[in-house]
Amino acid sequence: MEIFLLVLSGILVNNFLLAKFLGICSFLGVSKKVETSIGMGFAVTFVMALASLMSYIIYKLILIPLNITYLYNIAFILVIASLVQFVEMVIKKTSPGLYQSLGIFLPLITTNCAVLGVVILNMQQNYTLIESLVYGISSGLGYMLAIVLLAGLRERMEENETMPKAMQGLPVALVTAGLMSIAFLGFSGLI
Amino acid sequence: MGVIRERLKNGIITENVIFVQVLAMCPTLAVTTSAINGIGMGLATTIVLMGSNVAISLLRKFIPDEIRLPAFIVVIAGFVTLIDFLLQGYVPALYASLGIFIPLIVVNCLILGRAEAYASKNGVVPSLFDGLGQGLGFTVSLLLIGMIRELLGSGKLFDIQLMPASFQPALIMILAPGAFITLGILMALFNLKKVKPKKKKGTSQLA
Repeated sequence: MEIFLLVLSGILVNNFLLAKFLGICSFLGVSKKVETSIGMGFAVTFVMALASLMSYIIYKLILIPLNITYLYNIAFILVIASLVQFVEMVIKKTSPGLYQSLGIFLPLITTNCAVLGVVILNMQQNYTLIESLVYGISSGLGYMLAIVLLAGLRERMEENETMPKAMQGLPVALVTAGLMSIAFLGFSGLI
Repeated sequence: MGVIRERLKNGIITENVIFVQVLAMCPTLAVTTSAINGIGMGLATTIVLMGSNVAISLLRKFIPDEIRLPAFIVVIAGFVTLIDFLLQGYVPALYASLGIFIPLIVVNCLILGRAEAYASKNGVVPSLFDGLGQGLGFTVSLLLIGMIRELLGSGKLFDIQLMPASFQPALIMILAPGAFITLGILMALFNLKKVKPKKKKGTSQLA
């Protein structure tokens, strides 16, 4: 039951993008096409899952025994940087098309607040290994849901000829995200 | 002196983090729930930025090119850890409002961006003022957004009740949607200023 609540919280109630503001730069940068957004969503979810696992292990096996938990920031970011490097190599080999379309945003997953955010949240909320992994995956799926939804809306707005010039691009994307955020506020009574 | 003034102007206006470079969106949306939170985050980021710019500028000739990004990240993480504990110790109330976004300063694209684009290629004094300029631009922009959201969302400014008692605050402004919408409209307004002058220049050239 706890696990189910964690999943609901990660995907809907405390949606990383629309409620917690984690991962916004990539949210605004990649959400121009639905296809790229789906690829990005999977990449981020995968990195978040692995990062949750590895950082849990590093935290419990190295930082706590050696009493250097104050170095969590440096340790976690190094874990994430190496992980993203690894994922980049894998995607380059297995799916060059996706690699091309993600472009600079793939290495930028290292600086994605969502990945470091979920790792720090796992530590602060003292989740077990399974809970960390589940929360990592659910938050990633919540990220993917929001980014794919916004991409769908932005693709349609691209075709709008009458949009005022000042609103084109980012301003209208931000206002749209705001409206989506209001919709997701409706989930807050769920848990 | 010229370089210093140029770096400051560049950071605050020409290459403003939020409205021109469109970086550091996460903290912008999250901490601008009030003017004070905006200033607090802006100043914390400015200190980290100045520190890391100076450190990286000092080390730039010794860091091998292949590992420069991880090296920058470790330097920045060091400064963020310092600020994290200093804030926690000296201003616990502000630390509690800024929450997870203090440790997240390490992945603020602005800091890594300045390290890569400027500090790793320029001397210590210009880098220091580049950091100060960008940080001040960030702080001023955060203050602007924070003031709007706080005023409309709670009727207060810097915790002082400004709006009359009959004012019904729009709570949504302090919640998540308010952040997106305020930033979107502000960006549209800045774009408007860019579009109009261009049109005027165009017609005067034809005439």
